[in-house]
Amino acid sequence: MSAKEQKIGEIIAEHHGREGPLLPILHDVQEEFGCVDTEAEAIIAKGLNLSRADVHGVVSFYHDYTAEPETRPVVQICRAEACKARGVENIIDDAKAAAGDRVKIQTVYCLGLCSSGPAARTGDDLHIRLDKEAVTRLVESA
Amino acid sequence: MTQIVKISDDALARAGGADKLAAAFEKKGCEVHRTSSWGMQWLEPLVEIDGKGFGPATLDDVDAILDGSSDKAIGVIEDHPFIAAQTRLTFARAGKTRPLSLEDYAAHGGWSGLKRARQIGSEAIVQDVLDSGLRGRGGAGFPTGIKWKTVAGAPGPKKYIVCNADEGDSGTFADRMAMEGDPFALIEGMAIAGEAVGADQGYIYLRSEYPDAIRKLNAALELCADIIAPFKCEVRVGAGAYVCGEETSLLNSLEGKRGEVRAKPPLPALEGFLGRPTVVNNVLSLAAVPHILVEGGAAEYAERGIGRSKGTMPIQLAGNIKYGGLFEAPFGMTLGQLVNDIGGGTASGRPVKAVQVGGPLGAYLHPDQFDIAFGYEEYADADALIGHAGITVFDDTADMGAMARFAMEFCAAESCGKCTPCRIGAVRGTELIDRIRSGGRERDTLELTPQMHNVPKGKARSVEEEIGLLTDLCDTMKFGSLCALGGFTPYPVMSALRNWPGDFVNNPEAVEKALDAAE
Repeated sequence: MSAKEQKIGEIIAEHHGREGPLLPILHDVQEEFGCVDTEAEAIIAKGLNLSRADVHGVVSFYHDYTAEPETRPVVQICRAEACKARGVENIIDDAKAAAGDRVKIQTVYCLGLCSSGPAARTGDDLHIRLDKEAVTRLVESA
Repeated sequence: MTQIVKISDDALARAGGADKLAAAFEKKGCEVHRTSSWGMQWLEPLVEIDGKGFGPATLDDVDAILDGSSDKAIGVIEDHPFIAAQTRLTFARAGKTRPLSLEDYAAHGGWSGLKRARQIGSEAIVQDVLDSGLRGRGGAGFPTGIKWKTVAGAPGPKKYIVCNADEGDSGTFADRMAMEGDPFALIEGMAIAGEAVGADQGYIYLRSEYPDAIRKLNAALELCADIIAPFKCEVRVGAGAYVCGEETSLLNSLEGKRGEVRAKPPLPALEGFLGRPTVVNNVLSLAAVPHILVEGGAAEYAERGIGRSKGTMPIQLAGNIKYGGLFEAPFGMTLGQLVNDIGGGTASGRPVKAVQVGGPLGAYLHPDQFDIAFGYEEYADADALIGHAGITVFDDTADMGAMARFAMEFCAAESCGKCTPCRIGAVRGTELIDRIRSGGRERDTLELTPQMHNVPKGKARSVEEEIGLLTDLCDTMKFGSLCALGGFTPYPVMSALRNWPGDFVNNPEAVEKALDAAE
């Protein structure tokens, strides 16, 4: 048994008794390995007595699960209505310029900070009232 | 005596630097209490000392605040016009208590609703909720009491209370504030619902974009497990799908499936989570319940509001607004009062161009419509919806054509793919709006083939014809989609087209003519 099988097996065992265990398992696998790849899907499918297609269908449905790990730092920038009203579209080019190939700029829809946008998230840290300079600083320090 | 300084630990205040500020005050020898937020978000991080507020505070203000010379002083917080004008029932504790302090919660009336609920029993609880006139705060406005009655009457040994905390709508943050600021109130509401319908298991389906709320609720559940027992409750974290805010798709997601919408009937009240009777309520609906269940609470709730919209609504002022934040008030205020008098107009100081009420699926309202009273029916009559009561303000630099296109693009990106009007309609809608904005288009090669009998040959499709098509498509989406995502996307699109035709084409008259012809 590989180390990966071992670890995923432990995660499955931890959640197995819950009603609807698949999403909590996938969250933990994504957290542990940075992605849910085909190998992980197969192990989870076997563990929960589901088909690989079932598991892949779920993994590919949700934005939070990725097939490959992201090696770059990620800056999530909200581009939903409220942040658009506060000018996020005017700073997005600055964010992209500061990011280059080093940082991944990801669009999200709503971080719940809608009166004080443009808003961004890095890890579990949130950032508000971004302007061109602030977003550039944020991306550069990511 | 040590000076007590209150600073919110709400996610927005923290994003504004509240943690560093709190550390700075502690370093000065103050006792810092991390409370919930008052909801005056333009003042966050707000520092409170002896009831007086200072904000938005930065590290440079610490000394001046302590020696009383700060120019950030706003006076007594409770007397501030933004707070004084509110009627806070659901958010009664906002700004006053430490979110994870059981002591604070109990001292401010916590658990009294649950205590009384346990005494009066199932039928009386449902009757109280019916009497209060509480309707689903998630947007659909279905009477909460009737839902509970259905679940209470449904046969089955195992029932569930599911809290919909997948607050994905842009312009809304009241759920987040309730969960971060007063997590015990939501849990108490769920325990009361459990008592009412005979359910002993609850799930809170919380979006992954709210890390602070996840942390706080998990901690709160651990702290109050003995108080709510035998009711048990668990947080389940979503995985970034907007459509999971729709109740049936949420249930699928909770079961560990793709978050695809289910056809109704069967109603979740009868066949919900794992096919068992399930109450699915929004955070605000459940958080309103503890207040309703205290002695006389239902009557107090019901006497506020207008028509069939009873009680108070935590309204969220967002977007380009000067005084943004949480404003809980009885139904009935006009949009103009909310945006101009309370919100102070735009943050940019430019004229208000458009106001979107009810999140990404809500209509764009023109300042000419500012006299609409805040209520479910009143908005429906104006071809709009109050949704989750998020109000997003745009100034005159906004391009409403681009916003209409974004509404379709968003629907295409977030569609679960189950029904055709939403899955394909949204993609076609984006293309249509692009064509309208670029002034129509030539016939393509396929349309010119002899097999395409119905296509008029030789002439390009005019903007008027494209608008006719868009209107038709929106009708199909509105009446043919399984859920509100596809069904309500036409609201922002058509309202933008009707109110600001000049943002789509150079000759707005053509749009009006085409819209009239299409209707």
